[in-house]
Amino acid sequence: MAVYLDILASGVLTGLVYGLMALGLSVIFGVVRVVNFAHGELTVAAMYMAWVLASTLGADPLLTLPVIAAALFAVGYALQRFLVEPFIGRPEHEQFMLLLAVAIIVLNGLLLVFGPDARHVKVDYAYDSFELGPMLLDTVRVYAAAAAIVLAGGLYLFFRFTDLGTAIRACADNLLGAQVVGLDVRRLYALTFGLGCALVGASGTLLVLMRDATPQLAIQLTLMAFIVVIIGGLGSMAGALVGGVLIGVSEALAGFLLTPSLKSLFSYGLLILVLLLRPEGLMGRRA
Amino acid sequence: MRARLLLGGLFALLVLAPLGVGAYPLAVLILILHYAYLGIAWNVMMGFAGLLSLGHALYVGLGAYVAAALYASFGVPALIGAIPAAIVATLAGLAIGALGFRFRVNGVYFALLTIAFAEFTRILFDHMEWTGGSSGFFLPVEHGQVSLVALRGPPVLFYYVALGLAAAAFLLARGLMRTRLGYAWLAIREDPEAAAAAGVDVFRARMAAVAVSSALTSLGGVFYAFYYNNMYPEQIFSMARSIEIILAPIIGGMGTLFGPVLGSFVLTLLGEGTTALLEHLGLAAPGAKQVIYGVALLVIVMLKPAGLWPWLAQRLRIGRDG
Amino acid sequence: MTQRIRSSRRQLIQGAAAAGLAATLPLGAARAQAPALKIGVILPRSGYLAPAGQSCQRGVDIAPQVLSDLGHRVEVVSVDFESNVDLARTQAEKLIADGAQVLVGAFDSGGTSAIAQVCEQKAVPLVINVAAAPQITEQGFKYVFRNFPTSVMLVRNGLSLMKEMFKATNVTPKSGIFIHANDTFGQANRGAIDRLFPTLDMPFKLVDSIAYDPKAQDLSVEVAKCKASGADFVIVTTRAGDAIRLIREMVKQRYEPKGIVSPGSPGMYDQEFYDGLGGYSDYTITNLPWPNFNAPITKRLGDAFAKRFPQGRFGVDAFNVGFTFEAMLVAADAAKRAGSRDPRAIAEALRSTDIADHVMTGGTITFDAKGQNNNIGSATVQNLKKTPTVVLPREAATAKPVFPMPGWRGRSA
Repeated sequence: MAVYLDILASGVLTGLVYGLMALGLSVIFGVVRVVNFAHGELTVAAMYMAWVLASTLGADPLLTLPVIAAALFAVGYALQRFLVEPFIGRPEHEQFMLLLAVAIIVLNGLLLVFGPDARHVKVDYAYDSFELGPMLLDTVRVYAAAAAIVLAGGLYLFFRFTDLGTAIRACADNLLGAQVVGLDVRRLYALTFGLGCALVGASGTLLVLMRDATPQLAIQLTLMAFIVVIIGGLGSMAGALVGGVLIGVSEALAGFLLTPSLKSLFSYGLLILVLLLRPEGLMGRRA
Repeated sequence: MRARLLLGGLFALLVLAPLGVGAYPLAVLILILHYAYLGIAWNVMMGFAGLLSLGHALYVGLGAYVAAALYASFGVPALIGAIPAAIVATLAGLAIGALGFRFRVNGVYFALLTIAFAEFTRILFDHMEWTGGSSGFFLPVEHGQVSLVALRGPPVLFYYVALGLAAAAFLLARGLMRTRLGYAWLAIREDPEAAAAAGVDVFRARMAAVAVSSALTSLGGVFYAFYYNNMYPEQIFSMARSIEIILAPIIGGMGTLFGPVLGSFVLTLLGEGTTALLEHLGLAAPGAKQVIYGVALLVIVMLKPAGLWPWLAQRLRIGRDG
Repeated sequence: MTQRIRSSRRQLIQGAAAAGLAATLPLGAARAQAPALKIGVILPRSGYLAPAGQSCQRGVDIAPQVLSDLGHRVEVVSVDFESNVDLARTQAEKLIADGAQVLVGAFDSGGTSAIAQVCEQKAVPLVINVAAAPQITEQGFKYVFRNFPTSVMLVRNGLSLMKEMFKATNVTPKSGIFIHANDTFGQANRGAIDRLFPTLDMPFKLVDSIAYDPKAQDLSVEVAKCKASGADFVIVTTRAGDAIRLIREMVKQRYEPKGIVSPGSPGMYDQEFYDGLGGYSDYTITNLPWPNFNAPITKRLGDAFAKRFPQGRFGVDAFNVGFTFEAMLVAADAAKRAGSRDPRAIAEALRSTDIADHVMTGGTITFDAKGQNNNIGSATVQNLKKTPTVVLPREAATAKPVFPMPGWRGRSA
């Protein structure tokens, strides 16, 4: 019985970090309406950044998170402003190809620079676990999940209570109206893309505590983010977190009850079902 | 007219190639023709019917495994085994297409659907003990056997098969484009709603495209199985392979006939050239080749989104869709 | 980062010159021989098998010199198949097209199978350094020679060594669980355990078999399953980094079995394992073939290694270096006996290989009709003070086995 609690807890904690990662994707799509196929690659880039800082300065990723998020913000802003912007009105497959190209370049650039070997970040508490009643919670996962919740909360507050956040939401809800009112849509799009990438950067930094940084992870992460976002609902923030937790838990349970190597099968099966039956996801709005 | 001359010339060159090149360049040419073929097959679905499939490796894998399993278990020669292989792949394609259509899954969602199915199948095959699971499936190797029907023989045999496949696909695609179906596809690609208003049965036309595309792709899988003599789910169903399949037609020109062929030549030569250059400099840089691919894709998408072939065709003053 | 691969022309010429220079030294008999044998080596120097691949490569680096001291002249072309089976195949074709007369490789069963096919088709011999999947020598190939045990042999030796360990320490576990990577090698081991376990009269029950993706990063569910099964003995088949993650998860989940034993898989004796886990790496056990450090040829190899890699640890790399060197020795020996560089002649000569003076513990190197060397035994190698130490059989042991292993508490990374 205790085992199930452990598994569930582990699934929830991991799922929260997945959720944060998917948030970045969701924010960008919800506002700019561009699907960022380079999502996983940017996440891995953030993981490597965290690793570099950790191994050269001995800095815990939890501390370097703001720095990396800021760096990825800049990357995202530039990406939108200079590469993606001209593509906004163009056919979907051209947008996809653009970001695919970016993904290929980033991924293999990382491979060139860092090599294919896995990079691990050592933290003092890597072997610790919290005892919560009968449950054993992995310390690292607890910290990462806590950070994810804090960041998601901050994002919510940003969108709800700040002028900038409101302006961005206006673009998402009613582009024409936003333009009529005089909002600088180009700038807002770039800021949003930057924000989405900052979230990706934050989640990458948290992820590197739980996974080693390796270029092969990129495609898996992109797919994982898509699964979470679609199941949770493209454009819904709460949906991303809920979707993340759902995927985290279902993978953990599936792995436990069946063969662990089959656990991804469930996620893909779930994705297919959602795409067919409820493409707007559990909490999304009909596009 | 010019188009035919140039095409004929290229074909003649390719037919004569094995006489003049060594084993390694021959292997490279086989790869080029193989990806050109797959690109043409994929193009039918995307370039002609506007359906973005990012999980085309699914059909390659299905074709390969079905034909290989029939050969290994019952001795069914490749050319015969290709028929059930194509049938299985077509059914899979139709299922995906129909589901997508029925549930109104479009655009990027459809692309994700195709990815999900490919990945699902990959993991499934990874656990299928009967075909070796993740240890891979190996075809029995016979020495000295040369048979076209069974696709056993020296690399030269495979070269001509690859060339034949590519040429046949090219002609088939060209032929299809000139039929009612072909024009229906064109209409749907430009504006599905207008096409439907004009009386085109969008569903059937799209399903036809999916069927043709998946069937053709699966034959490429059969070729793969007998050429390489082994297959691993991890390799043959992978997302990476799906991406490899689409790079050539995108760079060459989606929706054009010759685009995938040109794209395949350009990409493979670019890749081999990069590798050779790096070796010459004494550097080992895993990933360098793919970075070049990525940059090439970026450049094409930004400057010539219609692909290289339309631009080249204009330069050579060949007619549209040559 | 970019590394200089050994296949650059410069290195080739250097290697040949060095070999030529060695031939002018008092070992004058070398001059009269056939010209240098061109050996193509394929290894996973990058990708998830990189640690082991690079370890094997260190053996390749020092081999030409040591071989030439023994009277063999070889020229080596080394390629990386990036732990990718497709690439293994094309690299093999490329090496053969470039004139390699013998291929050596490839550490991984999947890659080796692909290369074996190419070699068989092209009639160029392949001498396998490390690869355990049994089917490689069950396909009736005439050009494939394996100087390494099959997973069946590894598991059989591994299981009986476990029994010896229980006897030597007077401790026997009640139930065991088998957790393995889900790739070619892992599945081969699984098959071997399924077949052999019931027949070997083992003193504990095997309650379950868990497969995991060796590239997966999160093994928490798998370890939770082990813990939930109540097993107090864990048999593992790991590959590389997954070994580190497995142990780390066990520490986190406070799962303390009496022993963690591998019947012959890599991962737990890689330098990366010690670096990654620190004190937690101790007491894990691998039952596998091991070098005979008393053999003169091993001493030569060790000296060459120390000179070339002063920062390295021969004791840690010895398995990979030993087998890789042996494969090249076998190839060079066959070429010498054949008196020719024609691959077919070399293959013919390989069939009658009989080498008594070699690196790994075990009988003479000979190949049966299937190309398999059946004379390789295993030893129990336990990590003690972050160093792989032979603890069984008693004749070869340099320390006593520690079983049951101490708990995780009190240790540090």
